[in-house]
Amino acid sequence: MQQLVTELLQGNRRAAARLISQIENDDPQKTDLLKEIYPHTGRAYVIGITGAPGSGKSSLVDCLLQQMRSDGLTVGVIAVDPTSPFSGGAILGDRIRMQDHALDPGVFIRSMGTRGSLGGLSRATGETIQVLDAYGKNLVLVETVGVGQSEIDIVKAADTTLVVLTPAGGDSVQTIKAGIMEIADIFVINKCDLPGSDRTAAEVNMMIDMKNGESWRPPVISTNAVSNIGIDQLWAALLEHRGYMEKSGRLLETRRQRVRRELTEQVEYLVKKRIWDRVKEKIEFNDMVEKIVQHQQDPYSTAHELLEKIKFYNGIVGEDG
Amino acid sequence: MNSRKIRVLVAKPGLDGHDRGAKVVARGLRDAGMEVIYTGLHQTPEQVAETALQEDVDVVGLSILSGAHMTLTPRIKKLLQKNGMNDVLLLVGGIVSEEDAAELLKSGCADQVFTPGEPLDKITGYIREAINGR
Repeated sequence: MQQLVTELLQGNRRAAARLISQIENDDPQKTDLLKEIYPHTGRAYVIGITGAPGSGKSSLVDCLLQQMRSDGLTVGVIAVDPTSPFSGGAILGDRIRMQDHALDPGVFIRSMGTRGSLGGLSRATGETIQVLDAYGKNLVLVETVGVGQSEIDIVKAADTTLVVLTPAGGDSVQTIKAGIMEIADIFVINKCDLPGSDRTAAEVNMMIDMKNGESWRPPVISTNAVSNIGIDQLWAALLEHRGYMEKSGRLLETRRQRVRRELTEQVEYLVKKRIWDRVKEKIEFNDMVEKIVQHQQDPYSTAHELLEKIKFYNGIVGEDG
Repeated sequence: MNSRKIRVLVAKPGLDGHDRGAKVVARGLRDAGMEVIYTGLHQTPEQVAETALQEDVDVVGLSILSGAHMTLTPRIKKLLQKNGMNDVLLLVGGIVSEEDAAELLKSGCADQVFTPGEPLDKITGYIREAINGR
C-alpha cells in the first residue's frame, strides 16, 4: 500500500489511477492512504466548473487545458457525471471533449460517477483532489455534473468557481434566484453566438451590480468554446481571481473553512461509527424499534436509553448530552 | 455493502464514424450497474490505452466496424500490456468474421468477440462473470 503512495509522489500515472479507485471504492486502507497523502497536499490550485447539462462545461475545460498547458502548468481534471439511482450505473462522457489532451503527460483526466451524492460532485471528489495535488499537478479542474439551481457543493471544494450559463435561460428573475447564481467567482456565458447572449450577459451584470461593497466583482465573460472565442479573456479572469484570492488572504480563509468542515465531518463520522459499532454489539436495536411501533415507548426517550446502555454519556460527554 | 463497481471503457478506435452500436452497448452496461467511460469517435490505439490507464478500468470494449480489427486489436493489447494493464478484459464488438474472431481469441489479443445481433444480457453477463470470477 505504502508502495502506491511512494509511486504517486514519484509521478506514476498508474499509481494515481489506482489510488483514486481504492478511495472511490471505500477500500479498508482508505484512511491510511489519505493520511500518507495529506502532508504532500496544499499546493494545487482548485478550479470548479459548474452549470446546466449541455452548457459546454467539458468543451470549456478542453479550451482551458490548452491555455494552461501553453503556460506550462500541469493539470488534473475530475469530470463528474450522474450515477443512476436505479441501476447504480453511469455513462461518463465528459472525456469526449477532452481527448486531444489524452496523450499529454502534463494532463491527467479522471471521470467519476456521483454514486449517490446529490450536490453536483461525486462522493470521493474531495479526496481525489488530494490525490491529484500530491501527484504534483499545479491545477486541479473539477467539472460538476450538469446542475440545476441548488447543487452547489463545488464551492466547498474549489478555490475559484466558474458558473457556465447559456443564452435564453429564462427571464431576469432567474438571475436573482438563490443558489447557483450566488456561488460564481466568474460567470461564463457560453454559446455566445446564439441569439439572446448579449441580453443574458446584461441581465447577469445587472444582478451583480444590485449588490455592491464586495471586494471581488465577478466578471461576466462571453465565450464560444467550439470556436475558441473568449477563452483568452476567461483565462485572464481566472488568473486575476487567483491573484485576488492570494493577495487578499481569501484563499487562506477559504481553505481554513474547508479544513474546519472536513475536521467536523471526520469527527462526526468517527463518533457515529463508534456509536453504531457499540449498538450492534450491545443492543437489540430491533426490539427497541418494535416497542416504539407498538406504542409502548416513544422514540425520544428510547434514544436516550440506547445511549445510556452503551455508556455514551459517561464515556464521551457529561451527564446529559 | 459492496461499493466496488465495474468500470468499462467503450472506445471506437480508428476511422469509423458509426457509433450507434457503441452507444447501445454503453447504455446496456449502464443499466447493468456499470460505470461506462465513453470517449467518442476516431480514437488512436495510444489514446485508448492511456484512457484505460487513467480511468483504471476493468474492461476495455472496442467497437470496430471498419474491418481494421486485426490491426487495431493487437496494437491496443500491446499498449495495455506496456502500461502494466495485463489483467484488463479486452472485448471486441463489430463486424468480425468467424475466422478473425478465432484468430483474435487464439492469439490472446481479445478475451471475447461479440458480433451483430448479440443480446445485451449476454455481454453484461459475460463481463460480470469474468470480473467477479477473479
